[in-house]
Amino acid sequence: MNGVTHSYGNARAVDDVTLEVKAGELVALLGPSGCGKTTLLRIVAGFIRQSAGQVVIGDRAIDDLPPNMREVGIVFQNYALFPHMTVAENIAYGLVARGVNKADQRARVAEMLATVRMEGFADRKPRQLSGGQQQRIALARALAIQPRILLLDEPFAALDKNLRLDMQIEIKRLQQQFGLTAILVTHDQEEAMSIADRIAVMNRGKIEQLGSPIAIYDEPATPFVNSFIGSSNILDGVVEDGRIRLSVGATLPCSLQNLPQGRPVQVSIRPEQLMLVREAAPDRFPVTLTLSLPIGGQLIHDVAAADGTTIKVATARHPGAVSSLSGTWHCALTPEAKPSVFPLPPT
Amino acid sequence: MRTAAVDWRLAAPLGIVYLALFAAPLLLLLGISLHSDQDLQQWGVDNWVKFWSDAFYRGVVWDTLRLGLAAVLATSLFAWPLAVFFCASSARTQKILLFIILLPLLTSVVIRTFAWIVILAREGLINQAVLALGLSATPLRLLQTETGLILALMQIEMPLMLLPLISVMRGLDPNLLDASRALGAGHWRSFFRVILPLSLPGWIAGATLVFASACTAFISQSVIGGARLVYLPSLIWQQAMVVYDWPFAAVCSVTLLFTVLAGVMMLNWLGRYARTD
Ligand SMILES: Nc1ncnc2c1ncn2[C@@H]1O[C@H](COP(=O)(O)OP(=O)(O)OP(=O)(O)O)[C@@H](O)[C@H]1O
Ligand SMILES: [Mg+2]
Repeated sequence: MNGVTHSYGNARAVDDVTLEVKAGELVALLGPSGCGKTTLLRIVAGFIRQSAGQVVIGDRAIDDLPPNMREVGIVFQNYALFPHMTVAENIAYGLVARGVNKADQRARVAEMLATVRMEGFADRKPRQLSGGQQQRIALARALAIQPRILLLDEPFAALDKNLRLDMQIEIKRLQQQFGLTAILVTHDQEEAMSIADRIAVMNRGKIEQLGSPIAIYDEPATPFVNSFIGSSNILDGVVEDGRIRLSVGATLPCSLQNLPQGRPVQVSIRPEQLMLVREAAPDRFPVTLTLSLPIGGQLIHDVAAADGTTIKVATARHPGAVSSLSGTWHCALTPEAKPSVFPLPPT
Repeated sequence: MRTAAVDWRLAAPLGIVYLALFAAPLLLLLGISLHSDQDLQQWGVDNWVKFWSDAFYRGVVWDTLRLGLAAVLATSLFAWPLAVFFCASSARTQKILLFIILLPLLTSVVIRTFAWIVILAREGLINQAVLALGLSATPLRLLQTETGLILALMQIEMPLMLLPLISVMRGLDPNLLDASRALGAGHWRSFFRVILPLSLPGWIAGATLVFASACTAFISQSVIGGARLVYLPSLIWQQAMVVYDWPFAAVCSVTLLFTVLAGVMMLNWLGRYARTD
C-alpha cells in the first residue's frame, strides 16, 4: 500500500498509509475502534475505492480491478456464510465462479474440509454449526480459491475466550503450513502480539508504528503506541544534565540524546520493569504499598509515590517475594529495564 | 389453559366481524350458486355445469389466471433491479425513492386507471412518442389489449411487490454480497446465486399480493381492457347487474375466489422451497 488515503465526506478514515506486507507474512492491523482498520481492509479487497494512493499486489497495481478479479480472500467478523447453501456449496462457491470442473471442485472441497478439520460437515447448513465451526468454514471458503492475500477482519471477535485461542492457533498453523500472506485486523493487542509476524499500530487513520511484536512492546515509538500496547506507568520528569529527574523523586539515565536542559519528558515504565527493594538509592524512589494482588503467575502491587502518583509493579510470585505491606519500600528499575522516554513540547 | 383463553378473546372482535361479514355471505354465495333458476326456487348444479362445460367461460378463468401471472412477472422484472438499486443507495436517495414508490398508493385506483388511458390511447403519450420517433408508421393499439392492461397493472401493483421485496433485501447482510464478489463472482452471478435466493421470501409475499390484486382488479380490467377483454370480475358484474342471473354470477364469484386461492397456494408452496435459514 502506497500512500493510501480515504475520506468519507470530509472525514479522513485512512490517512496516507504506506504498508508493505511480505510474502508469507502475517501482519496485524491493531488499533482502537474507528481508527480505519476495516476501511483499509475494504480498500485492499476492492469494496471501497480509495481517494488517493495505490494498492499493489506482487508488482501489479490492482486499483482498477473489481473485487472479483483481485484474488483476495476475505473472512468477515460475522463469517458471512451463505445461509441457503450447504457447507460444501459455500466452500465451492469461488471455484464455481472460476469455472472449475465438478470433479476438481469436489476434491478441493474435501481437501479444504480436511485442512480446517471439518470433515463430515459438508452437507450441513451454516445455521447448524457453532460459531467456531462457521469460522473454520469461512476460512476454508476463502482459502479454497488460493488467494494471493488473506484478509481477516476481526475474525475472532465473536468467539469466546477458549475458542478464540484455538482459532488463533489454527490460523497461525494454516498460515505457516501454506505460507499464506495475510492481514489480520484486530483491536485485541494480545491477539496481535501472539500471532502476528509484524504489527502495524493504527490511530486516527495513520500507522503510528510498524514492527515486530517485541519491538512494539519494548520500544514504542509514540506515546499512543505505548499506552495502547500493554499497561505501563507514565511518570513526568525533566531533563537535567543529560539525565531525567522524575517528579516522584528519582534520577534515571536518559536513553535519548540531545535533549535540552529543562525539557519536560514523559517516561513510560512497564510494571514488570520495576521491582520493590528496601534500600534507597538515587535512581530509586520511596513508595508505600497499598495493595498486592496475585494475578496468574505474577504479583501485581499497587504502590503510591511520595507525590501521590500511583504506580503498578509486577513481580514474579516466588517464595521470597514481597509479602509485607508495611514499612518503606523503594521502587527500582530491574537490571534489564529500558524505559521509553517521550519528550513533551517545551513549556 | 389461561393463556389460550386470553388469546381467543383477543381475536374475538375481528373474528366475529369476519364471521358476520365474510364467512356468512360466502356461505350464502355458495348456496345461491347451487340454485338452477333465477328466482332461487330450485336447488341444482345446472349453473356449475353450464359454466364449466362452456369453452368461453373456461377461457375467461384461464385469461384471469394468466393476467395475474403476467402482472407478477412484469412487476418482478422491474422490481428486482429497483430493489437492488434501492438497497445500494444512500439514505437520502432511499427516502426519495420510497416516496416515489409509495406515490401510486396515495392516489385512487380510478384516477390512476384514467391516467393510463391518457397514456395508452391512440393519441396518447406512448403513441405520440412512437410516431415522433418513427418507430411505427401507424399508432399502436394499446387500449383494450392485454399488453396495455398489463402495463397499467404493473404500475398500479408495483408498490405491493416492491415493499416486501425491499424490506427483505434490506435485512440481508451486506457482507454476503461482498463475500460473493471477493470469491470471484461477478455482479450477475452474485445476484442470481446470493441476492435472488435470499430475497425469495419477500418476492413470494409481493407476488401473492400482486397476483390476488391483479386478478380482481375490476376497475383497471374494465376501464383499460374495455368490453373486448373479459375477466372473471367483469363477468360477475355483467351476470349480476346486467343479466340478473344471480346463481350464475355466484358460480363465477366462487370460481374467482378459488382461482385466486389456487394461485396464492401455489406461491406459498414455492415459498416452502425458498426457506433460506
Ligand atoms: N460508510 C461510512 N460512511 C462514513 N463514515 C464511515 C463509513 N464507514 C466508516 N466510517 C468512519 O470511518 C472511520 C473508520 O472506520 P472503520 O470502520 O475503518 O474503523 P475500524 O478501525 O474498523 O473500527 P472498529 O474496530 O470499530 O471496527 C470511523 O470514524 C467511521 O466513523
Ligand atoms: Mg472494523
